Amino acid sequence: MNIDSINNGIVLDHITAGLSMRLYDLLGLDSLDCSVAIIKNVSSKKLGKKDIIKIDADIPVNLDVIGYVDPGITVNFIREGKLYEKKSIAIPENLINVIKCKNPRCITSVEQELNHVFKLTDRKNRIYRCIYCETKAQ
Amino acid sequence: MRSLIDILDLSVSEIDDLIKTANDIIDNPKAYSDRCRGKKLATLFFEPSTRTRLSFEAAMYELGGNVIGFSEAQSSSASKGESVADTAKVISCYADIIAMRHPKEGAPLVAAMNATVPVINAGDGGHNHPTQTLADLLTIQREKGSFENLTVGFCGDLKFGRTVHSLICALSRYSGIKVILISPEELKLPSYVKKDVLAKNGIYYEQTQDLESAMPQLDILYMTRVQRERFFNEEDYLRLKDSYILDPRKLKNAKSDLCIMHPLPRVNEISVAVDSDPRACYFKQVLYGKYIRMALILKLLEEAGK
Repeated sequence: MNIDSINNGIVLDHITAGLSMRLYDLLGLDSLDCSVAIIKNVSSKKLGKKDIIKIDADIPVNLDVIGYVDPGITVNFIREGKLYEKKSIAIPENLINVIKCKNPRCITSVEQELNHVFKLTDRKNRIYRCIYCETKAQ
Repeated sequence: MRSLIDILDLSVSEIDDLIKTANDIIDNPKAYSDRCRGKKLATLFFEPSTRTRLSFEAAMYELGGNVIGFSEAQSSSASKGESVADTAKVISCYADIIAMRHPKEGAPLVAAMNATVPVINAGDGGHNHPTQTLADLLTIQREKGSFENLTVGFCGDLKFGRTVHSLICALSRYSGIKVILISPEELKLPSYVKKDVLAKNGIYYEQTQDLESAMPQLDILYMTRVQRERFFNEEDYLRLKDSYILDPRKLKNAKSDLCIMHPLPRVNEISVAVDSDPRACYFKQVLYGKYIRMALILKLLEEAGK
């Protein structure tokens, strides 16, 4: 399978196999005009299997989204065909408008202007709760 | 700006201070009758709650302050579509402190994030009701003298009862607490409360469906209502409802200094015959609720003035 290398853009590497589509949705990559490659189930020495996403444009990416979905991801920034910067991702303390609270009794269910804010309440198990109603993120 | 949204917003020593102030108010009411002269409390009740609203209003009047507000959403700008954030900003221009009840969970937090005066959560849906927990704590302190080494029985609807969850959270910070959870299978305490609060704080607990067998060991019995609408079928409700009606016969093996509590309103889960028993503390609990709200209003206004 051939996928062109990118000149200026971003490569999300070491995505836990199966999580790339979730990341694609949460990062809003469907709205981009540039080439985006999702490569699933690539052999990996470290993970056994992994996913990779290549974005052929130098766009701002929300690192909190990446850290929420999978803090093991490596973000590679490519400039003029070369690796310019490599970033490891931390688990974010807060998520603002990354995910929505599903609790129908939460104030966010009726007030559309409110930010959906989730706070990391259990780092070990990566559990986030809505700051308003404390419902666990699904 | 300091607000009270969740009982855990207050440290153990702050709760101790509030209880100390409330006890002083009970002993010397005259000394406090003018402490809030010129101050206004806004009671923003987006859903009806006669007892809590009147308790806040009585508390403010007894401190010499004034009260403005509304008692249902229909008589507020919410009926015109105003957001909670805007309401909080507007009311901050009129009042020195806000007590808010709202049917949606988290609404008082939104108000606190936008108001320029302290906000007290007076109940947000099935989520938090910290001043009820403060009233419960003052009752326990006055009846038992301390919060340590107590066996506390919670009986009835432990699944949906927010007052039960909050009181368990508050008590879990004290030592020697033993909790007996008495409920039908369908209304057991949610596992996240058992795991995140009881187990995490090393609190010993037992679960049973039998109120009478648990009775002899209890220092406190916290009754709640078993609500018909919580059951999937009428048969289960009818089977279980009478098991949790407290009457003089069920109290036969109880300790002589048992403290019987209930957040009220009561429907039929405590027989009227129990009211004359000196161990019945649920009406005193209502009175203590007013005093602890007085202490809270004083504390928050004092901190806001600094």
